[in-house]
Amino acid sequence: MNPYVVLRVVSKLLIPLIFLFGFYVHFHGEYSPGGGFSAGVVLGVGVILYALIFGMDAARKAVPPWWARIGMAMGAFIFAGVGFVSLFMGGNFLDYTALDPNRTYLGQHLGIVAVEFGVRMSVTAVIIAIFYAFAGRERTGDTAEG
Amino acid sequence: MIEIIADRFTYAVILVLMMVGLYAVIATGNLVKRMVGLSIFQTSVFLLYIATAKVTGGGPAIFDYSDLAARTIPEDAIYANPLPHVLILTAIVVGVATLAMGLALVVRIREVYGTIEDDELSEIDHDDELKKGV
Amino acid sequence: MEPQFLPAAIAAHAPALLVMIPLILSAPAAMITSGRAAWVMALLGVGAALVLAAEIFLATRAEGAVLSYAMGGWEPPFGIEFRIDALNAALLLLLGSTGFLALLFAGPSVADEISRQKQSLFYSAFLICFAGLAGVASTGDAFNLFVFLEISSIATYAIIAMGWSNDRQALTASFNYLVMGTIGATFFVIGAGFIYMSTGTLNMADMGRAIAEMNGNRAVEVGFAFILVGIGLKAALFPLHQWLPNAYAYAPNFVTTFLATTATKIAFYVIIRFRYDVFSIQTGFVTNAMLWVITPLAIAGMLVASTQALFQNNVRRLFAYSSVAQVGYMMLGLGMATSLGLSAGMLHLTNHAMMKGALFMALGAFALSYGIRRIADFKGLGQVMPMTSAAFTIGALSLVGVPFTVGFISKFYLIQAALDAGWWWAVAAILISSVIAVFYVYRILVAIWVTPPNEARKASPKRVPLAIAVPLAILAGANLVFGVWAEPIVDMARAAADAAIAAGVNP
Repeated sequence: MNPYVVLRVVSKLLIPLIFLFGFYVHFHGEYSPGGGFSAGVVLGVGVILYALIFGMDAARKAVPPWWARIGMAMGAFIFAGVGFVSLFMGGNFLDYTALDPNRTYLGQHLGIVAVEFGVRMSVTAVIIAIFYAFAGRERTGDTAEG
Repeated sequence: MIEIIADRFTYAVILVLMMVGLYAVIATGNLVKRMVGLSIFQTSVFLLYIATAKVTGGGPAIFDYSDLAARTIPEDAIYANPLPHVLILTAIVVGVATLAMGLALVVRIREVYGTIEDDELSEIDHDDELKKGV
Repeated sequence: MEPQFLPAAIAAHAPALLVMIPLILSAPAAMITSGRAAWVMALLGVGAALVLAAEIFLATRAEGAVLSYAMGGWEPPFGIEFRIDALNAALLLLLGSTGFLALLFAGPSVADEISRQKQSLFYSAFLICFAGLAGVASTGDAFNLFVFLEISSIATYAIIAMGWSNDRQALTASFNYLVMGTIGATFFVIGAGFIYMSTGTLNMADMGRAIAEMNGNRAVEVGFAFILVGIGLKAALFPLHQWLPNAYAYAPNFVTTFLATTATKIAFYVIIRFRYDVFSIQTGFVTNAMLWVITPLAIAGMLVASTQALFQNNVRRLFAYSSVAQVGYMMLGLGMATSLGLSAGMLHLTNHAMMKGALFMALGAFALSYGIRRIADFKGLGQVMPMTSAAFTIGALSLVGVPFTVGFISKFYLIQAALDAGWWWAVAAILISSVIAVFYVYRILVAIWVTPPNEARKASPKRVPLAIAVPLAILAGANLVFGVWAEPIVDMARAAADAAIAAGVNP
């Protein structure tokens, strides 16, 4: 446990806000700069900050390492899955327009949010996995995944 | 002469960065420093792309949503070319992945060999080969 | 696209599915912990890719047939296009079939070499690598090509490094490959950037059109030079091959088999694509670069790497150097700048995949049974493992270019092409390099067949698992069958070369 009270209190206040900001960046990424990648990094950094202040054990309890491994794969799966869904809906691979039966711009919104959701999930998991792999060398395995 | 350089100042900076990066990769024997050099080299290329995206007087290619919906964006709106930015966003992800992979290898090399200096590593490798009789 | 044997709904999306099925299967493969289940998943993914590749190959057989697939429904040249003609269709078929055979062999080999917890991650990384290579071979977009190239490369670094539990040198080999591979890929990005700045497009066919109109532009030529060096690094073009011998020698056996049959070939394809399609034949600069840079390097590679192979005691390293020399043969065909030369290069590409596949797979079988990799340890293997040794011998003879093997066919066509271009010195280089190959292959074959086995090994004969025996027999058989009945592969190579040249002439 970190002995600096100021750091602890401030980060306790900040971490929820960091997460909130991460989700904002994701969901507002459709209209303004942002999106899954930056959101994922912000969320991952939130976890890393928590680990730095409260120690690796607390972080592991909050976000178990296997979450990261599953998250990486699930994110990629969601991304490619959206592509396959659009195939089944009669479009080309990753053709978001096909997601909306009425073929308006709604499909584009749906598609980009879903794809970015996968991206965010993967990026968060990868950032956390890389941090865990390097910070807890004596306990975990290597990061074979890039 | 000065004007020629001043006109291409961005490219001069990029070129210097690129050479710094490549030199670091080639000249240092420390594997971590080599990864640092590689990152600098990649970053210089990112800058090369971003520099070409600049359009004089243009801002970011972001418009108000209501303007987009009502199609009231002026025809002569000047904005920077967004495509290189997107490309480089992808390239940054690739760069991060490469860096993580490289550092993971360095960590494992340190654990297995006990050093991350290139010349010591090749010495150990050479001894290994001799021991095995290869 | 006319459906060939698959339902029309699948056939229409074959180019995308070919890349995406292995990619999406890599996700569940990473999530499960059972190595065997991950292997089955990988087999499914690569098997599906093989079927789709066959479908695409049949669909592009007609002259001038080009499949274009708009990713996400965004029409080219603005969206990312998957563009497949006879050239990449041949590559995809090669990738699918050798990948599938190698993967069969992976079952027992990986179970032996890689720790249990890491196996599912290994197959996941392999699937990513496969999807990346398939993507490089299908895409028609220069930047997308870079992304796929890096996807496959990063996965390759990971699976090479996983050989460290047998041989810690795998780590340093993988790290060196990572540094050089990243420099190569970055050079490619610089080159693509120069071309993008001059032409304003990333679509390769569109680039070709714009460059043909330009009639000479320094920035574009610089771009080509960067791309040539960058991809040359990936293709292990002499003298940019330094990463290859160690990476092949210390990676897990299965990885070596897969990489030797596919990775450098895909990079070679990228060079052909840029040489002929993006920079159409008329560009004097490119022709000169081929004649004065690539051809001398190809010949130097053939001679120097073959000679280096002579002095290796580690058999896998020996064949790695031989691979560098074989890349030289392919590059020589490319350097001739004739249709005959290019088709000879393509022919050697497919044939080399067959022989190196058989050789490395047999070496993997030896390593699985006895854990050996030095020539001195190969004594008398012919008596304890006669069938595997026979397959190995067929591959080795094919490598030398003995008649009735595929190696002879491709060298024959290469020499014919060289004589056609009036390059008698190239013929001399091919013959000298083949003679050197006789020497290094002779050393191993003598150890296997002539010297008697030691007693301990005689007492413990090992059976080769069926999952190795079948693909090995198929590859060795292919070496012989196509060595006698060469028409199908010669036709395939010729169609590929014609497609490459035709796409450049009228893009």
